Amino acid sequence: MSKSVVSAIRKDYLYKLAQDGKRMDDRKFDEYRKITIEPGVITHAEGSARVRLGKTEVYAGVKLELGEPYADSPNSGVLITNSELLPLASPDFERGPPRENAIELSRVVDRGIRESGMIDFEKLCIEPGEKVWKVFVDLYVLDHNGNLFDACALAGLAALCTAKIPFERFGLGKDVPLPLATSPPISCTHVKFNGALMADPSLDEELIADARLTIALDEKSHFRAIQKGEAGSFTLDEVKEITKMAQSNVEKIRNIFKKAVKR
Amino acid sequence: MEKIKLIDEKGKRIDGRGAKDLRPIKIKVHPLNRADGSCYIEWGTNKIIASVYGPKEAQPKHLQDPLRAIVRCNYDMASFSVDERKRPGPDRRSSEISKVIGEALENAVLTNLFPRTMIEVNIEVLEADAGTRCTGLTAAGIALADAGIPMRDIPAACAGGKVDGKIVVDLRKEEDQAGDADLPIAILPRTKEILLMQMDGDLSEKEFYELLDLLADACINISEMQKKALLDRYKQEEDVEEDKETKGKKTENKEIKKEEE
Repeated sequence: MSKSVVSAIRKDYLYKLAQDGKRMDDRKFDEYRKITIEPGVITHAEGSARVRLGKTEVYAGVKLELGEPYADSPNSGVLITNSELLPLASPDFERGPPRENAIELSRVVDRGIRESGMIDFEKLCIEPGEKVWKVFVDLYVLDHNGNLFDACALAGLAALCTAKIPFERFGLGKDVPLPLATSPPISCTHVKFNGALMADPSLDEELIADARLTIALDEKSHFRAIQKGEAGSFTLDEVKEITKMAQSNVEKIRNIFKKAVKR
Repeated sequence: MEKIKLIDEKGKRIDGRGAKDLRPIKIKVHPLNRADGSCYIEWGTNKIIASVYGPKEAQPKHLQDPLRAIVRCNYDMASFSVDERKRPGPDRRSSEISKVIGEALENAVLTNLFPRTMIEVNIEVLEADAGTRCTGLTAAGIALADAGIPMRDIPAACAGGKVDGKIVVDLRKEEDQAGDADLPIAILPRTKEILLMQMDGDLSEKEFYELLDLLADACINISEMQKKALLDRYKQEEDVEEDKETKGKKTENKEIKKEEE
């Protein structure tokens, strides 16, 4: 598999910019690119959203099916999160079963949804041990220009927040909105290269990054999910600095999110 | 179950169209940033995005042709594009459609110009409502042109069939499911050569040729829309370039003034 390479000259340039406190697209270190959230873009889906984060573009679709619960949780509905890195999105993505990157991406988004308790899984049970709703969250990456973690997390959440249970399609009565308990945690991704810490990495920044850190914070600013990636390391002070960046950004993103899904 | 009436006494279809009318079509050229060429199309409720990468090194190597480029197509449906969730990833249906679309496109591309390379076409169905292979192929044609791949012409595609005993163009889902026949075709509008043709159902010889004529006309209409969308996109680009130029000049002037001071 080929992998995008950042030329040495561009890497040097990014390093130099970072030393002067600058980024290639003129953003501040803690500044996000423009976020656009459009829910309800796919009428065939139970819930859907299109999210653009700068030039990165992701579609999320929620589908519900009836199925059996897991044996260890007979009273709970089932959540299945899956991401597709479409060959449309980047010259590096190929068709076929998901690889490491796609699996990490889906699992991080899955944890963000599952552990937040935002879905009331008990209410998704129809007959204990027999019949429950299975909630599929499918993330389709159309254009990869950096920070898929945040784009996918937002798209998945927005799709869920606008989703309905398709009682009608299964001849069980009228559709109702998916029972959601709390307002969801919002995740922020940061990278580190050459000692500089930046929020919302662009593609080039992501490719030359030594380390990556995603933090999800809920409304009380409590930590709800963390994922560190790549081979580099963070010092405790760096983690604290990132937390500060995340706290201010989460607030802004939550406002955009609430405005978009009106929930 | 009572059979739904798909064509009323006045010859109107369930969405009010006549037999020859297409669903509304919206085309956006170059919606993606990473791909060399791309196109987003809304055709009725179909929503499809197509991208082109290449010409690039042919992978796997054994597919390389020392005399020409190969065109590889990946047609894929999103899990949420249909009512019942579709398992993500390739299946037998999508593999077949990928093959016939790839072959149709390869015919249009001047492959002899790029020996040993591969041109990758990706078609993603975000929302499906019958006629996705034709919609996808139409979008792929535009994406190829957008990527600057030399072609004999931009292929255009449209499906038609028989509904309630009448020949109609551009079936929607209800018509496709309850109809008696389905005939998707793709043509090269300039020469009217047929690049893709599949059929299932039941058509008499007369009906078949009648439908083929209607579809050829429909493809010519679609071809005009394709060309218009491409021209519009590059018209916009020119405007942007002009803006940049005039802006550049202004700042230059300022700098000159500063120097004078």
